Amino acid sequence: MIELDGVTVHYPDRKRPVLRDVDLTVDEGELCLVIGSTGSGKSTLLGAVNGLVPHFTGGTLGGRVLVDGRDTRTHPPRELADLVGVVGQDPRSTFVTDLVTDELAYTMESLALPVDVMRRRIEDVLDLLSLTELRDRSLASLSGGQAQRVAIGAVLTAHPKVLVLDEPTSALDPAAAEEVLAVLQRLVHDNGLTVLLAEHRLERVLQYADTVIRLPGDGTAVKGDPATIIADSPVFPSVVGLGRLAGWQPVPLSVRDARRSSARLRSDLPPQPSPRHSERPGTVVAQTRSLTVRYQRLVALDAVNLSFRGGEITALMGRNGAGKSTLLSALTGLVKPAVGTVLVGGSDPRSLSPRRLIRAVGLVPQQPADLLYADSVAAECRAADSESDVAPGTCARLFTEITGQPAADGHPRDLSEGQRVGLALAVVLTAAPALLLLDEPTRGLDYPAKARLVTVLRELAATGHGIVLATHDVELAAELADRTVVIADGAVLADGPTREVVVHSPVFAPQVAKVLSPLPYLTVADVARTLGRAG
Amino acid sequence: MTRTRLVHPVAWWAWAIGLAWCAMRTENILLLVAIIAVTGFVVNARRARAAWGNAYRLLLLFAAVSIVFTVVLQVILGTRVPGHVLFTLPRWDLPSWTAGLSVGGPVTGEAVLNSFTAGLRLAALMACFGAGNSLAHPGRLLKLVPAALYELGVAVVVALTLIPQLTESIGRVRNAQRLRGRSIAGFAGLRSLLVPVLSEALERAIAVAASMDSRGYGRRAAVPAGLRRTINALLLLGLCAALTGSYFVIDPGGDHAAGVLTLVAGTALAVGAGLAAGRQVRRTVFRKDPWGAPEWLIVCALLVAVGCYLIGNPNPDPSGVLQWPSLPVVPFLGTVIAAVPGLPTHLSPEADSAPVALGARA
Repeated sequence: MIELDGVTVHYPDRKRPVLRDVDLTVDEGELCLVIGSTGSGKSTLLGAVNGLVPHFTGGTLGGRVLVDGRDTRTHPPRELADLVGVVGQDPRSTFVTDLVTDELAYTMESLALPVDVMRRRIEDVLDLLSLTELRDRSLASLSGGQAQRVAIGAVLTAHPKVLVLDEPTSALDPAAAEEVLAVLQRLVHDNGLTVLLAEHRLERVLQYADTVIRLPGDGTAVKGDPATIIADSPVFPSVVGLGRLAGWQPVPLSVRDARRSSARLRSDLPPQPSPRHSERPGTVVAQTRSLTVRYQRLVALDAVNLSFRGGEITALMGRNGAGKSTLLSALTGLVKPAVGTVLVGGSDPRSLSPRRLIRAVGLVPQQPADLLYADSVAAECRAADSESDVAPGTCARLFTEITGQPAADGHPRDLSEGQRVGLALAVVLTAAPALLLLDEPTRGLDYPAKARLVTVLRELAATGHGIVLATHDVELAAELADRTVVIADGAVLADGPTREVVVHSPVFAPQVAKVLSPLPYLTVADVARTLGRAG
Repeated sequence: MTRTRLVHPVAWWAWAIGLAWCAMRTENILLLVAIIAVTGFVVNARRARAAWGNAYRLLLLFAAVSIVFTVVLQVILGTRVPGHVLFTLPRWDLPSWTAGLSVGGPVTGEAVLNSFTAGLRLAALMACFGAGNSLAHPGRLLKLVPAALYELGVAVVVALTLIPQLTESIGRVRNAQRLRGRSIAGFAGLRSLLVPVLSEALERAIAVAASMDSRGYGRRAAVPAGLRRTINALLLLGLCAALTGSYFVIDPGGDHAAGVLTLVAGTALAVGAGLAAGRQVRRTVFRKDPWGAPEWLIVCALLVAVGCYLIGNPNPDPSGVLQWPSLPVVPFLGTVIAAVPGLPTHLSPEADSAPVALGARA
C-alpha cells in the first residue's frame, strides 16, 4: 500500500539528510508503529507519505514514494486527500471549521461528493467513533479526547485507504487514549485500513502494532515485527523492561503476555517491595483551604484542601478538564479563588510582588515556549539571571546540568521538545522557588529526555524543593512521585502515597503493577531492587 | 433543546461593514460614540462563547491606542489650525522638503478636536471589525471564496483566523510571563509578549494551511496553466479596480461618479473571473448556511440604519469648531435601530449549551 523506494529527504538548513536511502513497504491492513527519539525523522517520514514533504515543508526528496500506486512527486497532498488521511499532533490547530458536523464534511466537500453521500458517511462516522451526542457541538467546546476523535473522523469520512497519525495519544489522559486506540484497532480489523502511527508512549500502543519501523537517528530505518525490533531498541516500555529483567522469551509486548509469563516471578517476589530510598518530607511550602474556582457557570475546583511539603514529589492526575491546570494556576495566583484561600510560603500568591513570587513558586507551563522570548538560549539565560537577581551564569549552568548541552547561541525555537522543557525549567529554577509546578512536562518527550528529567527532579526534591506535576503519564508518576492526588470534576478523589493510590486503579496503574497485581510493585526498578536484595 | 444554529456569517459581516460605512459618513462625536456603543451591546449579547469571541476586546484596545496616538501625533507635529490656543510647545521647523511640517508650536483646541474626531472614527471602524470577528468566525466566510483561487483562499483563511487566534494566545502567554516575574509594561514587556505570541501565530497558520492542503482544499480539474493564469490576472485586476473605486467613493474630495463606475466595473470583472475560476473546481457544500428570520432581522436593522444616515444629515455642525456637538436625530435613531439584533429573542442561535472554560484546558 505504501512503498518507499530509496527515499532521501534533505532540508537546506540541515547538514545531514533527515532520511537517507530508506526502502520500506507497508502492506494493506497493517498497523505500523514508527518509533525513534526526537529529531530522528518520524514526522518527516509520516509527511512524506501524503506528500506534505516536500510539497509543503520544502526540502528535497530523492527516491520515490508510492501510495496505492500514486507517486507523491506528481501528486501534491490535496490530490491524495481521498487516499491518505492525516491527523496531526494537536487536533485543535488543524480544525478549519466551527462545528463538529462541518468539520466532518470538510474533506468530502473538497472531494465534491454529493450531499446525500456526505450525510450518510457523516452518520456512519458519528456512530463508528461514538460521536453522536457531539454532532452539533462547537469544536472549541470539546475535550482533548473528543477533539482527537473528531479529527480522526474528519479524515475517515473521505474513506481513505491509509491513515497517518502523529502522536495521537500524547496529549490525552489514559482513558481518552484507550478510546482513540480502540477506534484505530477496530478500523484496522474491520475495515482493512492501513495505519501508520508515530508515538512516544510505547506502553500505550506497542501491543496493537503489527509491525514496527525504528528510526535510530542516523537517517536509516529498520522495519520488522514488534518483538524483534523492540528486542534491540534502546527505547522500550516497562513491560519489556520487566521481561528483559526476568529473562522471559519471547519478550512480552503487552500486559496480557507478561501476565502469562509472570506466574513464577509473582510467587518468588516478597509481598512488599523493599522501600525505595526517599527523603523525609520537610515543611509545608503550599496549602489550599476549601479552594473553589469558577469559570462563569463551570465549577473548576470544588472545596479542595491540599498541602504540599518541601522534598516531596506529588503527581496530580485526572482526566482532561478535571481541574489539574486550574489548581496549578491557583497555586501561582493566576486565578482568583471564588471561595477559600491559597497560601504559598505563608502568604497569598496574589499579594506577592513578582520578585518575591518567583522565589516562592515557579511554573513550567504546558507549552514551555510561552515563557521564552529571547532570540538565543544564552540571551534567555542572561535575562533569567537578571530577573531573579542572581549571579550571572546561574541559569546557563542549570541549563547545562539539565540538558547536558552548553547554553549556546541557537534560537530557542530550534531546540528539541525536551531541550525546550529543559530551558523553561532552567529559567524557572534560576530563582530557586520553594515550590516547583510542572504542567504535563513529558508531553512529546522521548525516553532519554524523560529519564534525564526524572533525574533532575529527584535531585531537586532531595535539596528540599516541593514538586507538583500534573501529568497523564502513569509510568512517570509511578517512577517519580512519592504521593499521588487524583482529581475528578474539580474535587479530590484520592490522595495518598503513590503505591496505595495507583496500584489497583485500572486507569492509573502502571504496566508493572498490572502484570504483578496484586503485589504492590510499580516499576521495573522496584522489582530489580527487591530481587537484588533478596538474592 | 433546539439545535444549535449559527447566524449566517454574511449577515453579521454585512451588519459590521454597514455600521463601518455609517461611521465613515460622520464626524459627529456623539454618533461615533453611539456606533461603538451599539457594536459593544450586540457583541456582548450575541458573541460566540469561544475564545475567539473575545476578539472584540482586543480590537477595542487597539481602538483606544489609535485615539491616543492620533491626538499625540497632532499635538507634536500636526498642521497648525488657527483657533483657541490651549498651550504652546517650543517650535522647531523641519527642512523645506517636508512641505512646511513643523514640530511643536501653538496647539489649538480645534486641532485637538479634529484629531480626536479622526481617531474616534478610526476607533469606530476597529470596533466594527472586531464585532464582525466576534460574531461570526471569519473562517466561515471562506466558503464564499472561490476554491479555484487556491493560494488566495489559504491566505484569506490564515489572515482572517489571525485575530481570533491572537486573542487566545495573548492571555496564555501573558500569564506565563507574569510567572517569570517580568513586568508586562513597557517596551521590553511588549517584546516578551509579542515574540511568543507571533511565533505561535505563524506556526498555527502553517498548521492550518497544511491541514487544508492535506484534506483536499483546492483540488482542481485539469485546467491548462495558461488559462488559469489569465483568469487569476483578470481577477487581480478587477479587485484592484474595485479597491481604487471604493477609495474614490469614500473620499469626500474624490470624483464620485468615476469612483462608482470603477467600483462597479472592477467588481463585475472580479466576480466574472471568480465564477470562471470556480467552474474549474469540483466542490460541493454539505450544509449551506441557511438564510432565515434572524438574518433578515439583522439586514433590515442595518438597512434602516443606513437609510437614516442617507436621509438625515449626519454632520450638522461645521467641522473644526469648538462647541458642544448637536445630536443629529435621524441618524442617531438609525444607529439605535442597528442594535436590534442584540435584543434577546427566542431565536438565540449562538447559544452553545456546552460550557467553555477558558484557561481550564487539560
